[in-house]
Amino acid sequence: MTVASPATPIAVHIDAGVAAPAAETGELSTVMKMAADKLTVAYGTKIAVREVTVAVPERSILALIGPSGSGKSTVLRCFNRMNDLIPGAAVSGSLTLDGEDITPDDIDVVELRRRVGMVFQRPNPFPMTIFENVAYGPRRRGLKDKKKLEEIVTTSLTRAALWDEVKDDYRKKSGLALSGGQQQRLCIARVLATEPEVILMDEPASALDPISTLRIEELMRELRKSYAIVIVTHNMQQAARVSDLTAFFTMAEDRAGYLVELGPTNQVFTNPTQQLTEDYISGRFG
Amino acid sequence: MTEATRTLRQISGSSRRSRRNDRLATMVLWATAILALALLGGIIVYLLVASIGVVSPAFLFGDPSDTELGGIFPFFWNSLYILGLTMLISTPIGILAGIYMAEYASENRLTNAIRFAEEAISSVPSIVVGLFGLIAFVNLTGWGYTAMSGALALTLFNLPLLARLTEQALRAVPDEERAGSLALGATKWQTVRHVILPLAIPGIITGIILTAGRVFGEAAVLLFTAGQSSPTHYDMTNFDLSDPNSPWSPFRPATTLAVFVWRNNAEGLSPFATELADGSSAILLGTVLVFNVSSRIFGRFLSRRLTAK
Repeated sequence: MTVASPATPIAVHIDAGVAAPAAETGELSTVMKMAADKLTVAYGTKIAVREVTVAVPERSILALIGPSGSGKSTVLRCFNRMNDLIPGAAVSGSLTLDGEDITPDDIDVVELRRRVGMVFQRPNPFPMTIFENVAYGPRRRGLKDKKKLEEIVTTSLTRAALWDEVKDDYRKKSGLALSGGQQQRLCIARVLATEPEVILMDEPASALDPISTLRIEELMRELRKSYAIVIVTHNMQQAARVSDLTAFFTMAEDRAGYLVELGPTNQVFTNPTQQLTEDYISGRFG
Repeated sequence: MTEATRTLRQISGSSRRSRRNDRLATMVLWATAILALALLGGIIVYLLVASIGVVSPAFLFGDPSDTELGGIFPFFWNSLYILGLTMLISTPIGILAGIYMAEYASENRLTNAIRFAEEAISSVPSIVVGLFGLIAFVNLTGWGYTAMSGALALTLFNLPLLARLTEQALRAVPDEERAGSLALGATKWQTVRHVILPLAIPGIITGIILTAGRVFGEAAVLLFTAGQSSPTHYDMTNFDLSDPNSPWSPFRPATTLAVFVWRNNAEGLSPFATELADGSSAILLGTVLVFNVSSRIFGRFLSRRLTAK
């Protein structure tokens, strides 16, 4: 196994000498919001990903990159137990949120998913009005107070940088009537409305045009100030632009994915410790 | 090869052949579609023409008579009544069963067996269902021939198909919708109730229409369950449900329009047998049509209400 970085907690410093990935520089928190330790996931008899040890600090962005089939999305889906929906999925190893193990069968998965929100690859707004889309999470939690709902919806739409575009008709217009980029920001607003602590994004911009992609990336940098974010992306420039930490995955001989290298994004991209990472980043493989 | 110099107007042999086949296939498909529509249209036109001079408000709302043409109101009423009763029993159960099969049940031998049984029961000849109903809902219950016995037998005939169609309508909803809702911390039931069902409503309505049409036109199941007595007059203001003479009571014999058409044609005692058959068939067809169109409109309304208001 060639995991380059030590297991949790990983104290990561952004080297001031190398260009930081974005405007924010300085130290990342040493407090790990979520951490996977020797996480192995199998679908039936096929091992999808083997012994992954990775962690995301508070108020930072961790990017998971690597070729298709290397298990990035599988790892991501473990963070809010969406793998539960796949028949035959089996998880071993540990996965913690604020130090609490989230893998046991008897944890409150509904509560976990409120705290760990998810944005999917294809924008999937519900066939409801924009307002109802954003109010969906709070309503399901039993919030009925109209004033509070209104406040949550407007705040969430504002934070997701969608408010200005929809403020005139957000109560009437269907979420499906928005453009792809707007739909994805609506999905982000929908997640923000549940007041999560962590946001998982599974290739959130891969179905969007470059301008919408840029808006989503700006939004991610903004959200980073309050949330821990884990993003799966195929777009390496994107990982380099937005993330603080990068984890590179690839496949072993038996097609099971594993983690090759984890480190500060600028280091992984400019000075990777593993040959495999360098090959992938320079486009020689994958 | 001269391929390169050939213009688009010069057609090679092989492409001429594929063009001919393409045209042939189009023609065959058109012909079959036209044949099917023509058969249906023929029946409708025949009934429309035959029922001219028969169907009138007096025919629809009048009482049957032995000496003149008379009306068919009691039979028409019974058809509506049994349809209502059957759907009242089978729709909630069918939809809940469909939800269970689509969203909750895991794939195993039991659920496969249930699915197989659903399909098998749907294809049992209706006269067999009727005879089973005679034993179970007429004799064993001790009710005799009643609207309720008929409705229960029809439920048996109806339920599996309704459950199956509901299940299919729910399965047609993309998994992304489920994932989206669950990832927001909604429970399974909240997801079904607020996201999946609204999206599946049009499909479920189609299932209800299909099964309701079958129920409305069904005769064989009812012959031995709801009975073939000949009511002469219904007092619609008699709401005493315990009175077997009340048209609102489920525990009274109830000959439906379809059973009446069958009996009228089989026995044909009335001098107006042909007119009665033509008129009743036209009414049956017209009602099914009205029912289909109105449930589609209602379904569209419902789905709009439940989704983007």
